Amino acid sequence: MLARRIIPCLDVKDGRVVKGVNFVGLRDAGDPVECAARYSDGGADEICFLDIAASHDGRRTLFEIVERTARAISVPLTVGGGVRERRDVHDLLHAGADKVSTNSGAVANPGFIEEAARAYGSQAIVVAIDAKRVNAAGEAVRFSVFTHGGRRDTGLDAIAWAKRVVDLGAGEILLTSMDRDGTRDGYDIELTRAVVHAVSVPVIASGGVGTQAHIRDGFLLAGADAALAASIFHDGQFTVADVKHYLQGEGVRVRPPEAKAS
Amino acid sequence: MASSSKQVTIADLGLGNLHSVAQAFRRAGVVAEISHDPVVLRRAERLVFPGQGAFRECAERLATEIGPALRDFIASGRPYLGICLGMQALFETSEESEGRGLGIFGGRVVRFASDMHDAATGERLKVPHMGWNQVDTAHPMLENAGWYYFVHSYYVVPSDPSLVTATSDYGVPFCAAVARDNVFACQFHPEKSHHAGARLIERFMAQ
Repeated sequence: MLARRIIPCLDVKDGRVVKGVNFVGLRDAGDPVECAARYSDGGADEICFLDIAASHDGRRTLFEIVERTARAISVPLTVGGGVRERRDVHDLLHAGADKVSTNSGAVANPGFIEEAARAYGSQAIVVAIDAKRVNAAGEAVRFSVFTHGGRRDTGLDAIAWAKRVVDLGAGEILLTSMDRDGTRDGYDIELTRAVVHAVSVPVIASGGVGTQAHIRDGFLLAGADAALAASIFHDGQFTVADVKHYLQGEGVRVRPPEAKAS
Repeated sequence: MASSSKQVTIADLGLGNLHSVAQAFRRAGVVAEISHDPVVLRRAERLVFPGQGAFRECAERLATEIGPALRDFIASGRPYLGICLGMQALFETSEESEGRGLGIFGGRVVRFASDMHDAATGERLKVPHMGWNQVDTAHPMLENAGWYYFVHSYYVVPSDPSLVTATSDYGVPFCAAVARDNVFACQFHPEKSHHAGARLIERFMAQ
């Protein structure tokens, strides 16, 4: 049966990893290519880059990084950040990304999802949803979709939006809880479970991982298909292999890390 | 020529991104050439047909001069590797849409049911089947119980069950690879399957 996926995510700006990666023996902890290769060899099931550069120069650098990474690793690579039109999807896939993730671009123009999915296949189009609890005390729980790094409330209901983007052709949902992101308090299980139940495509849980148990809960309590995490890996707190061994012991089916080919 | 054993031609039918496939062969030290020219495809030493996307488009491309070129190549006895849609294209028809595959093998392409559930957890199984799964195989190109990366909603059902050389399980057992003579084809993506995929590519090149 299908394994649950572990996806380390690297924030990239102007060709450099933004939050430091703390690996033993890494020549250049700021080089996304070297970090991606290390994660891939350590058993990561996919790699995710989030480009947080806004400038034109930074964008060009990103393409070079994606090209070099695609040459270096042989697991799927997802790239997001600043993807707003078909041309952005084309350029990233052409540089070697396997999947492209879009967030604000999809909210601004939902037809773009349909267009991109038709042109490149749903398997290449990931819609990233940043969701935040907006209910007042005493109200039923509601999740709203935010864009621009959590600064702008679109007013869209996160569950309804997830269904809509899947209808438009999204092949996967990358779901980040803005309430939990950076807190190390664990995934928002309620949010994740609601989206997992609402859509027919895989859901990647994101935002809040601080322990291995949080990843387990994302799978076993929320039913996520994949777990995205950043600082837990970058800090050197746990390796991907550590997490996978732990998950195996907890009854989660994962692809075991493999020794390098002889 | 020593170098001649390290070349591969990748058939470009305009069905998805071929760069990652080319890249995987280059990582193995192979000279990988991408071509849509029937003349080039016919005289390739080893041919790879990767593909992602819709069966209908694939069938349309096979109805051009590319189809006969691929059939001629396969008849030549030289090593042929089909990947994903390039595996499905070896068969006759697909539930996905009208149009004919190459018809090298009898059989059809069917879709995973939308109401499958995991026997262990009771969870609904998503379609497409996307991610890493294990194969059950005795074929020398593959590793029994090895993990490979899949992205697909459809799988092949050969008329001749002896073609099936690897199976995997996603709610139902399904055909993960077929092999006969010089033809090997897999539903998963060796180019995305890390070391296990790299070893498959090395073994294909060693034929």
